Amino acid sequence: MRKLLIAAVVACLSLSPALAIDPEEVLEDPVLEERAREISKGLRCIVCKNQSIDESDAMLAKDLRILVRQRVAAGDSNEEVTDYVVDRYGEFVLLRPRFSTQNLLLWISPIFMLVIGAGLAVYFLRLQKQPEVKVAPLSEDEKKELDRLTSES
Amino acid sequence: MITEIGHYALVLALVVALGQTVIPLRAAHIGDERGMSFAKNASMAQFVLVLVAFLALMHAYVTSDFSVENVYQNSHSEKPMIYKIAGVWGNHEGSMILWILMLAFLGALVGLFGGNLPPSLQARVLGIQALIAACFLAFSLFTSNPFLRMDPVPINGTDLNPLLQDPGLAFHPPFLYLGYVGMSVAFSFSVAALLEGKVDPAWARWVRPWTLLAWSSLTLGIAMGSWWAYYELGWGGYWFWDPVENASLMPWLAGTALLHSAIVVEKRNTLKLWTILMAITAFSTSLLGTFVVRSGVLTSVHSFANDPDRGVLLLAICIILTGGAFVLYAWRGQAMKAGGTFQTVSRESALILNNLLLSVILFIVLIGTFWPTIAELMTGERITVGPPYYNILTIPLMMLLAAVMAYGILLPWKRGEMKTVSGRLKWAGGLTVLFTIVAFYLSGFRNILAVVGCLIAFWIMLSTLTDIALRMKLFQIPLKTSLNRAAGFPRAFWGGSLAHFGIGVCILGMVGTSLWVTEEQTIMKPGDVIDVADYQLRMERIEILNIANYETEMATFSLLKNGSVVSIVQPERRWYPVAQQQTVEAAIQPRWTSDVYVAIGEPRGENNEARIVRAYYHPLVMYLWSGSLLMAFGGIVSLTDRRYRVGAPKPKQASSKPASSSTAPDAIPAE
Repeated sequence: MRKLLIAAVVACLSLSPALAIDPEEVLEDPVLEERAREISKGLRCIVCKNQSIDESDAMLAKDLRILVRQRVAAGDSNEEVTDYVVDRYGEFVLLRPRFSTQNLLLWISPIFMLVIGAGLAVYFLRLQKQPEVKVAPLSEDEKKELDRLTSES
Repeated sequence: MITEIGHYALVLALVVALGQTVIPLRAAHIGDERGMSFAKNASMAQFVLVLVAFLALMHAYVTSDFSVENVYQNSHSEKPMIYKIAGVWGNHEGSMILWILMLAFLGALVGLFGGNLPPSLQARVLGIQALIAACFLAFSLFTSNPFLRMDPVPINGTDLNPLLQDPGLAFHPPFLYLGYVGMSVAFSFSVAALLEGKVDPAWARWVRPWTLLAWSSLTLGIAMGSWWAYYELGWGGYWFWDPVENASLMPWLAGTALLHSAIVVEKRNTLKLWTILMAITAFSTSLLGTFVVRSGVLTSVHSFANDPDRGVLLLAICIILTGGAFVLYAWRGQAMKAGGTFQTVSRESALILNNLLLSVILFIVLIGTFWPTIAELMTGERITVGPPYYNILTIPLMMLLAAVMAYGILLPWKRGEMKTVSGRLKWAGGLTVLFTIVAFYLSGFRNILAVVGCLIAFWIMLSTLTDIALRMKLFQIPLKTSLNRAAGFPRAFWGGSLAHFGIGVCILGMVGTSLWVTEEQTIMKPGDVIDVADYQLRMERIEILNIANYETEMATFSLLKNGSVVSIVQPERRWYPVAQQQTVEAAIQPRWTSDVYVAIGEPRGENNEARIVRAYYHPLVMYLWSGSLLMAFGGIVSLTDRRYRVGAPKPKQASSKPASSSTAPDAIPAE
């Protein structure tokens, strides 16, 4: 059901979801093309939901793909291309959020949780160990009873 | 008329649910036996009423009664019958009714087969179950009523979304819902236990089968959704870390943690508080998922309905149920005393680590899903949390989880020796490295992540096999005696092993599809040949066909290997005139080792038969689906374990209370 909705969005925005990259867009130089695709995979198609421009068919994604390829062909480094796009469209286009002060909690809190969780687990394990073996040894009568029981079986 | 009966039955169900909430909970509190036994009958009455409502709605769909607004909006007279039926839950209102139907069904099962539960516990479980049902029945009736009529009656419906006219998708929501709703039983048991003030191994035995049922169903539901995305969305991906996908992953993670911690409660009578917390979390995240998809809070375009009233009401339900449970947990949780003790190196510890890792992964998915909303509220700026975030954070944890798992299944309860277990795993470890080297010798080295993924997959599978072999005493005693031993293993053991092995198979599939994929995109006209990995793909012809309720442009390709035709593949582009929508049906040639995936696009160039063609070579995709199936199947096998069928022995504390009047021999259903 939920997938349907993503699909519905995709279908509304574009007519043929299967084919994002048009063969005509592809750069001649395979090394540059490889880099362009790498960059494209990290950039979000703004009008789509959670799709990279590499996967999307929307016109806007296509424009961005061409833009990325132009910048790559012009000799920009991967970071420069990404910054160029972010300057124009905001951080919203980054599929991987930046490690910045405002995203600090997003990146740090899982690690924080892991550390706290591990601490609690260790504390719990320590608690578990303490009540171990403080059993009084068996009395003579008990030993005899035990012998009797074991010899029966 | 039938529609009105359905509407009326739904109203009655709400009344019954309210009664089933108030009367048994109060009766259990003051010890009134008659009031407690009311719960049982009410749960069955409630189920029958909701069933009537559901069938009435289905009747409206089957007969294409367009005087019902819901049918008008989501169906069409020319639609194939099977999709008319699936159309019942293919929309917000109808899917709510299915949701409630499953809730009522599980409640009725607890009523029917819970005869050997202590009466007060059963009454409380059913009371909580009814409270959940009452919330959603009220929600359905007041904001999302599927039985509303319209006047004048339209001549025909506006069709169901063509993307939903697909078997993979039509039948994936029921599994997903059964998964979500199934978690409600564990939730009800937990809240009831908090009210009762005690949790013991017997309690864990009652909770586990329900969780297993929910978990298996959720696993299947997620896998089916993922499979659908793979072949229908048309670009060969299977998981996008989309908020709606995350919404189904969260209860799955919590459910997995719950299954494991409940074992500790059952076998060792400890970790009770944590297990209750996980049960509450599992259902809370299910509710959260329901809220997220239907309220439009996260990304408005995903949601079923953008009606803010619905969102607010759903949020209120979430807060009442989960908030109430957590308050109760904080207030009454102290009453639970831990029982058995254990050493640091033991299966208990491994399971604690398992739960810790699963919880942190759950937290990552949770914060990643909601961070864009939080960030926008705080700074006003919109940001995106996409797949790279989840991959960076969860993959290391999953690796750790895999490593722990191998040790966990081989460590004994109470206390174990790291050295002994490592010794036992030396074969598994050696073979893992060997297999990985062979795999990369055959496929060629691509990247380090693929190597790690392969190592994990083989490690999980081989350590699971090691565990089985050790228990069979394989090669230590005659083979026949070994097999006899194996035949005597409890089903729960086989179930667990199957599920663990399935995870390994799944990971292998993930590595294959995402890391070894090769893709070709080009413009082809009939007669052209391209290379796709080891295959050649030749375009034969392209034709227009009129089928059922759509028109299709079908291309025929021959798939060749070493010059001879292996198979014919026929990708399509469909046009649904009523919905004014186009869909792409990729053609997939599934094989045990790899899929060849072909999709066609728009015409290009001078030749009007030339099309953009995209072809993928996806190795090991089959492993992804068969691994998921193995996991779900493992859950079901475990569910049929004898000790759940014959029912748990009564806890000691319960003996002071009067025994239940009708003690059914079968405590918990085994389907």
